[in-house]
Amino acid sequence: MSIINNRLSKEQYDQNFSDIHPPFETKDAALVEANRCLYCYDAPCTKSCPTGINVPKFIKQIASDNVKGSAHTIFSSNIMGAGCSKVCPVEKLCEGACVFNLMEEEAIPIAKLQRYSTEKAMANKWQLFERKPYPSLENGGRKKVAIVGAGPAGLSCAHVLSREGIDVTIYEKEAKGGGLMTYGIAAYKVTPQFCEDEVNYILSIGGIAIKYNQELGKDISLDGLQKNYDAVYLGIGVGLARQLNIPGEAVAGVEDAITFIYDIREKGYDKVAVGDNVAVIGMGMTAIDAATQAKRLGANEVTLVYRRTENEKPCTQEELDIAKMDGCKIIWLAAPKEVISEAGKVKQLVCSKMKLGEPDASGRRSPVDTGETFSLDVDMVIKAAGQMPFETLVKNNNIENKSGKISIGKNSETNIKGVFAGGDCVNGGKEVVDAVQHGKDGAMAILSYLNIN
Amino acid sequence: MADISSNFLGIKSPNPFWLASAPPTDKKINVLRAFEAGWGGVVWKTLGSQVKNVSSRYSSVDFGGHKIMGFNNIELISDRPLDLNLKEIKECLQLFPDRAMIISLMADNDRKSWHELIKKVEDTGAHGLELNFGCPHGMTERGMGAAVGQDPEIAKMVVEWVMEAAHIPVITKLTPNVHSPVPTGKACVQAGTNALSLINTIQSVTGIDLDTLVPNPNVAGKSVFGGYCGPAVKPIALKMLTTISQDPVTSKVPISGIGGVSNWKDAVEFMLLGAANVQVCTAAMTYGFRIVEDMCEGLNNWMDEKGFKTLDDFIGKSVNTITHWEDLDINYHIIANINQDKCIHCGLCYIACEDASHQSINLRYGKPYNTYTIKEEECVGCNLCKLVCPVNDCITMEEHRKGDEYLNWIEFQKRGLPLNDH
Repeated sequence: MSIINNRLSKEQYDQNFSDIHPPFETKDAALVEANRCLYCYDAPCTKSCPTGINVPKFIKQIASDNVKGSAHTIFSSNIMGAGCSKVCPVEKLCEGACVFNLMEEEAIPIAKLQRYSTEKAMANKWQLFERKPYPSLENGGRKKVAIVGAGPAGLSCAHVLSREGIDVTIYEKEAKGGGLMTYGIAAYKVTPQFCEDEVNYILSIGGIAIKYNQELGKDISLDGLQKNYDAVYLGIGVGLARQLNIPGEAVAGVEDAITFIYDIREKGYDKVAVGDNVAVIGMGMTAIDAATQAKRLGANEVTLVYRRTENEKPCTQEELDIAKMDGCKIIWLAAPKEVISEAGKVKQLVCSKMKLGEPDASGRRSPVDTGETFSLDVDMVIKAAGQMPFETLVKNNNIENKSGKISIGKNSETNIKGVFAGGDCVNGGKEVVDAVQHGKDGAMAILSYLNIN
Repeated sequence: MADISSNFLGIKSPNPFWLASAPPTDKKINVLRAFEAGWGGVVWKTLGSQVKNVSSRYSSVDFGGHKIMGFNNIELISDRPLDLNLKEIKECLQLFPDRAMIISLMADNDRKSWHELIKKVEDTGAHGLELNFGCPHGMTERGMGAAVGQDPEIAKMVVEWVMEAAHIPVITKLTPNVHSPVPTGKACVQAGTNALSLINTIQSVTGIDLDTLVPNPNVAGKSVFGGYCGPAVKPIALKMLTTISQDPVTSKVPISGIGGVSNWKDAVEFMLLGAANVQVCTAAMTYGFRIVEDMCEGLNNWMDEKGFKTLDDFIGKSVNTITHWEDLDINYHIIANINQDKCIHCGLCYIACEDASHQSINLRYGKPYNTYTIKEEECVGCNLCKLVCPVNDCITMEEHRKGDEYLNWIEFQKRGLPLNDH
């Protein structure tokens, strides 16, 4: 048993990491579905989209041969509409609310149609938005805003501000933009190339500069940004993997899912080592992405270990089905207790058998240790038990927070005047689409703060 | 099993479904295939004056992702040699003696041409003639087709010529490109035609190519008005059929119904409004001759369910239900009801009523599903909500009479009853 890279041929990698939700192959195929849409009024799909995309409108625009208008409708509400069409858990959002579900009929493939329009817009580099001219001197003159983090929240905020004629500078600690879209999602959903194209497409409006490899607290300071800009928006996300706090955790072969996924996207499939038998801790979207990709990198056996039951799983059924179809094993009601290693190599994961107790703060029944244990023979453990906010960074800057999650008021403002925040660093880690909406909210708050209508 | 065999002017066919005079009936190979598929009869594509056709010839109107809601053509009458057509007609008659064989005719506008043409055609043994007074393109520029049908005097004259020479039943096919087909229909009946058929195609422009800016169909950068047909024209055809069925003169002769018949239900509707049989073209051009199988089966099943034993049991049964507006009962009142168990919360009824009717539907906000209910006191019973609702029988119109007695507009005025106050 060993953790090695380059387990498969290039063809195998390409096949394993090809697009899991392929696009419509033809215009006709898209039209069949677009024409099926009922064009609901006050549509449930739109209400179920965190960014409120006018779904019936953009679908009917596909049907009327106005794909440019369709893309505009999508991007007006969600500038990452292209990426969201690939990564959104639509089965619990727009498509889950589609009225066809109530007729026991297939929901309209909203994500696929959204991809149809947005992909065309990106491929043709349609510039669908125009920057407003700079405000006149009487109206306050040119304004500039600093954004920390070029993830979905930051980019979304930047785009709204740029449209209003504000100069935006984004400070990003990584070498690429896109945040978790670029670094934290399975490669069979979005490719690194797509993420780069998407960021470039967003930036093509102009007025947004990104400074890469600039980390808050190291290369730049909040004080400095406040001095040099009219307002600051923090979209710093979450980053630190939650530790298991169990014996034996600090050994090579125990890795966190975020790093694992990051490496797959940064280094290339053949460069990322994976064990023969891998245990993945957790059952969120990230756990699924790690487990399925471990399998797709060539691991013999991948086992997802989750301390509650299927009823409480944080991932969607669709995601779970992907893992199952990839051949991942699933053990419910099991919590990691100890990692046993030999000569610095992982040998076993000891788990406690759990049962469900009383509901906890999340409303889900919490797992209770039964005292029984069992062991899994594994040579690699991937931890996907959630991510922690940047608590120290937040506290060092005297930003009001709840266990590191930045607290904001209704207007997206933090306790520090002129400093706004949104996205995962506020909500603790939700979907890309939630962060995009936060970015829009933040931008609107900043515009109001700067007295720009 | 009901008897769906048809007897039109003594011309018998195993079912009331004939193929209309058009490309599907212009030669032996098609007609034999049609008979093999089960069609009761054909009206052979119009013979007569010599013509040459252009390319392209057809165009269509698609709707909501469905192809060919409406169809138009600029094709002229048969461009094949007359002798070849006559030879093939004879052969088809020999191979399928139980099917109706009607020959559509359009001779040059003189007595001699008509007489000569009729003589030749009758020699084939065909069962009947159909006079093409309806073709709205090309032939009209030569004073034929719709140019005849649009002028009752000319139509009458031509029918008289025909009746002088014809020994087999004559059907006169009417054009819809008039304010009413009745005047020409009357003139033709008075001139002796044995039957009428309607409608022929309606002059139309189906659309324009938004790249080239040339309307369809495009013939080297130009287009002409084409004859419109297919499902889209059915309502117009039914209306014109009704006027012919209700007129005391034209209703004396049998009518062959034409115009957008695509399935057995359409056919039944034509027959309920007085057509003794129907003719089909666009549906066959879209899907091929095989559609006749379901037409026969569907008609048969419907007749069994309704207890009709023969076609005559229901032909014309709905003619008298179409009346004058002022005879309608003003006391009849219906109110929409939304079945909440069936409602899928699409909101289409709400927005239609709110924007385009009488603001009679309540919206109670819900996330993601709103609840829609009827404001009964506001509802005028217009049907719009029911029409836009995508769920079968979710919205039903329930009867709430305003008064027990029948009350029409004339009586309403006489009594000086109050008008709406909103």
